[in-house]
Amino acid sequence: MPVIQRVVKPTTHRAKRALQAREPKLVENAKNTLFIKGRKTSVIVANCMKDLYDIKKPHGKILNKLNNIVPFENITPIEEFSKKNDASMFMFTSHNKKRPHNLILGRMYDSHLLDMVEFGIEHYKGLKEFKTQKVSLGIKPCLLFAGELFEHNHEYKRIKSLLIDIFQREIVQAVRLQGLEHVLMFTAAEDRIYFRSYRIQMKKSGSRIPRIELEEIGPSFDLKLRRTKISSDDLFKLACKRPKELKVKKVKNISKDTFGTQHGQIHIPKQNIDKLQTRKMKGLKKTASEKEEQRKRKSDSVDKETNDDNAVKKMRM
Amino acid sequence: MFEVEEMDIVTKVLKTAAEQAKQFKSINVEKHLELEYDLGTLLAVDSNDLDLKQMRSESNRDEYLKDLARDNTQLLLNKIWELPIERVEEAIVAKLPAPTFVLPREKPLPKPKPLTKWQKYAREKGITKIKKSKLNWDETLQKWVPHYGFKRAAADKEKSWLLPVPDNADPNEDQFSKLSETKSENVAKNEFQRLRNLAKAKNIKIPRVGFLSVDKLNSKQLGEAVSVAKFSTASLGKFQGNLAKEKQAKNIKALLPSSKKRKPAPLTPVEEKKSNFDILDSILSKKPKLDIEKAVNRVLNTEQRERAAEKKNQKRGRKKMKGGKKGKDTGKRTGVKPKGGKGSRKPRGKMGRKRR
Repeated sequence: MPVIQRVVKPTTHRAKRALQAREPKLVENAKNTLFIKGRKTSVIVANCMKDLYDIKKPHGKILNKLNNIVPFENITPIEEFSKKNDASMFMFTSHNKKRPHNLILGRMYDSHLLDMVEFGIEHYKGLKEFKTQKVSLGIKPCLLFAGELFEHNHEYKRIKSLLIDIFQREIVQAVRLQGLEHVLMFTAAEDRIYFRSYRIQMKKSGSRIPRIELEEIGPSFDLKLRRTKISSDDLFKLACKRPKELKVKKVKNISKDTFGTQHGQIHIPKQNIDKLQTRKMKGLKKTASEKEEQRKRKSDSVDKETNDDNAVKKMRM
Repeated sequence: MFEVEEMDIVTKVLKTAAEQAKQFKSINVEKHLELEYDLGTLLAVDSNDLDLKQMRSESNRDEYLKDLARDNTQLLLNKIWELPIERVEEAIVAKLPAPTFVLPREKPLPKPKPLTKWQKYAREKGITKIKKSKLNWDETLQKWVPHYGFKRAAADKEKSWLLPVPDNADPNEDQFSKLSETKSENVAKNEFQRLRNLAKAKNIKIPRVGFLSVDKLNSKQLGEAVSVAKFSTASLGKFQGNLAKEKQAKNIKALLPSSKKRKPAPLTPVEEKKSNFDILDSILSKKPKLDIEKAVNRVLNTEQRERAAEKKNQKRGRKKMKGGKKGKDTGKRTGVKPKGGKGSRKPRGKMGRKRR
């Protein structure tokens, strides 16, 4: 028999709020990302992670300790980190002879691993090596994907989804046009994904829409695909399930004319005139004796009906 | 003459326009396949083939990627500029549509909170909650007292400095302790119900009364279990050896089948005298009891027996007379033929001994 676990209520309001913030919601919070170091890291991979953290900043957390974790062999410690920090994405860096400059990107669903992809970092050029003006902090970047691999390869499709998930930031209703500053470009060609980051410069074009020029601001690196652990389609579908409440209902019987006036169409069933309540008058009220008579008549008629029914039955017999 | 002048103006205007166009670079981009956009996530996906020659050469790659990025960005921003635009606090803002690219959720969909037993019952019966004001006017205290929470307990204390003793109550009973006891009982009941509701919500089976058994024993409980098990042999653990550093558990006497039974405390002389007198009384005051039912049954039984004996005698007489007619009108068959210590035989077909 299972034992009842002690149910501990939060003692303070603050703790209660903190727990409520972690509960599953209809509209979810922006996903947090954990930045975890493996048992050994190289300068390149550590700097790369720092740069990516700068891109992600308010929604990221760096764990500074070195951890003896091998994600492709045992993911549980990362899942525990993720649960503890309420972060469903992670980036894991390590460096060894077999897999130099290793970067693992992954995401969780319900604090269990969903997808995880391992890359080797090549041709790294850091954020600080580009001596240019940078973009402002916490800005929502434009995401560009190029290469037909992202369209046709199942694995690359998932990687695209993962990259969008990591870099898209929170969902917004509106965006300031002058605030579109940052572009992240992912190009897939021949088992490599090229990561480039640009700042948008808007130039005059003689029309309302500006002419775009780009300036590379870094970081820039090439990701060589190594191992992957991609969830089954069933689990992915389950994770992608949309809440019913958020689905937009079809608006029926409401229309607008050319002047912007709203028109509603109402459907009414035919009125039953027999049961219409007309004006009540004292004079038309039935006396007690009349009511009783009526009741009697009703019961009599019912009896008769039942008798008739019996008669019919007998006939049939 | 006039026409020529007009032509001049037209060409001039066209020329200046062309010059202006040359001055500014174009915002149009030609693509073989159109991009896929998701303006809600500011995303553009270009599935056109890449120039692999450029991609392979390390010197040209960065330039090529930058050009590609510029073209795609231009296309994406062209789309964004077409969105409905608003002015919010001196900033021009484009309203984004809902994102169409489906990303997995972080956590599963929220489940509706399970109803408590009372809530379920109230819903069935259509009982709705009536909103009560938090402050109530207290007549005895002549002030506003909160219904619950802060200052409620203090008000209660202030109010019940004196308690009436009910008419039918024991005058020596402490009404204050009684009140506090009922209150603590209420609290315990509430907590029990809360836990029961929680258990039901989490689909855990719990016994209706009594304690829960424990899956994992702690060291103390384990020690007790070992001690009891050792003692539970036919020889009461006389031949069970001890382990190194083994300790006998304390306070387990109640669990042991020990020979020593707890004796009641010795009686006082008065009590002893009383109990002895009670025994004497019960002996002396014995009267024969008349159980009518039993008596009637006995009478009936004897009558029945007599009748049966009479019948038996008659039968014997007849048998002798008629010379052993088999079962013609022997009356009721009892089906009982005594057989040497083997009980009764079932009445089936012929009775009596085998005849040849």
